[in-house]
Amino acid sequence: MSALSLDGVTVRRGERVVLHDAGARFEAGRLTAVIGPNGAGKSTLLSVAAGLLPPDAGTVRLDETPIARVPRRELARRRAYLPQAPRVDWPISVERVVALGLTAHLPAFGGLSPHLRARVAAVLEQFDLAALRDRSATELSGGELARVMLARAVVGEPEVLIVDEPTAGLDPRHALDAARRLRALADAGCAVVVALHDPDLALRIADDAVALRDGVVVADGAATTVFTTKVLSALYDVEMRVVHDAHGASVRV
Amino acid sequence: MTRALTPALVLLVAVLFSASLAAGTIWFAPATLVRALLGGGVPLAHEIVVEIRLPRAILALLVGAITGLSGAVLQGLLRNPLAEPGLLGVSAGASLGAVIAIYYGFAATFALATPLFALTGAMATIAIALALSRRGGTLALILAGVAVSTIAGAGVSLALNLAPSPYAAYEIMTWLMGSLADRNWDHVVLAGPFILIGAAMLFATARALDALALGEAQAQSLGVDVARARLLALIGTAMGIGAATAVAGTIGFVGLIAPHVVRPLVAHRPGATLLPAALAGAAIVLAADLATRTLPFAADIKLGVFIAVFGAPFFLWLVLHLRRTAP
Repeated sequence: MSALSLDGVTVRRGERVVLHDAGARFEAGRLTAVIGPNGAGKSTLLSVAAGLLPPDAGTVRLDETPIARVPRRELARRRAYLPQAPRVDWPISVERVVALGLTAHLPAFGGLSPHLRARVAAVLEQFDLAALRDRSATELSGGELARVMLARAVVGEPEVLIVDEPTAGLDPRHALDAARRLRALADAGCAVVVALHDPDLALRIADDAVALRDGVVVADGAATTVFTTKVLSALYDVEMRVVHDAHGASVRV
Repeated sequence: MTRALTPALVLLVAVLFSASLAAGTIWFAPATLVRALLGGGVPLAHEIVVEIRLPRAILALLVGAITGLSGAVLQGLLRNPLAEPGLLGVSAGASLGAVIAIYYGFAATFALATPLFALTGAMATIAIALALSRRGGTLALILAGVAVSTIAGAGVSLALNLAPSPYAAYEIMTWLMGSLADRNWDHVVLAGPFILIGAAMLFATARALDALALGEAQAQSLGVDVARARLLALIGTAMGIGAATAVAGTIGFVGLIAPHVVRPLVAHRPGATLLPAALAGAAIVLAADLATRTLPFAADIKLGVFIAVFGAPFFLWLVLHLRRTAP
């Protein structure tokens, strides 16, 4: 079953073409890594896929329905989106921030039902945030905030999760932790789309990959076909080798 | 704390409102007050309470509430703790409208010319600010507001500069200071509907403001119509603050401080700040108006000036104190 697909998507910013005729399919239960050098159009592709940026040409479909025709609240319940370096502007508690992920689930009047409250508690537990529940979100470390934001994104149990650079600014341990959590979500049946600037980390967790360069999809498909010495070297303009050894595959510069 | 906050503020506003009716040059006992309100008792008492003090107290309540509410909404919308209704040029536009009415003598022709012109000025400035920032985001809106506000301020200065007589300049200055003296039911009828509609629009943004704490991209991904929330906040502010400035002149600072006073008490949730901020704003203006009418040294001080001179230091202290003690 295809959860989300992009077809012939073109985005212009003034005269500049940021995405050109881009296509991709993001399947349920699979983790797709969107890779490419800085300025390749990864974030734009993700915003379009999330239905937040209407493309100048092309279509985005969520289960064969054009995403522009999916009602706003229904879309918010079915797909979650985390932008790059998400932050919280007020010193709200961690629990409240996670609960904001249920905004589209709220009734027209009134607050969280006991059922939704239980879900917030379960997600806090799942992301090891129970101890931080009442901490103000502006006082968290980078790694903690990343976990809070991920919890906020998945608390609504979305079919599609789109995450832009979740590991930016994280040390290796926390980056790996974030990557493992995304992997687990895909294994649980969610279609996970994640832009990553680290090809080695992407190779570790991805089932599929989309390689972008200058707004053009230069390779896409199963991770094994995209993570090759030839594709990566051409993509990043540096010599890169994909090495298979006893510890699995890794990318060496 | 959070649960008791709203009832406590409602009680405070009710006490201040009743005190506004009872206190003044002539003080009324509660029994006399109730009898006057119900239409009985001494004709003079009835006249003072119903025709003079009641409209004034209602205006203080409305003006304070809409100012605090609008400040809370704008701070949440712009995610900027320094935002206040004056930032978007609404107060300056209303002032310019009022000044034009006074300057060209319309104010002398019919009594409600000043508030009507002020309302028009407020609407015009917010329309220009909206048009200028149509394609940009939050920052564009702030910049457009500041620009429009500056231009309107320059217009007011120009009117003062070219005032035909010292008396006209004095009248303009007095109006700009902000006051609720000599207001009557006409002013309530004029400003009331605008303030109530504006308040309804502002309250409708509560849930969007909560989500906006995560930034515009995340708010939008959560199903919040950010553009609609922005429009509601701006038009609500234009109507509410425009009408408030139209009848009371510029009452600054309440819109900035009222949300800050209550924010730590509602765990900093932007949406939950709205009602307490409105009540706190109403309490501040009612108390200040009461003080200018009863304190012997404050008798000649205009309401806007009083709030600035005595309110600012007190509430600055309160905000700092709350920041230290609240979690």
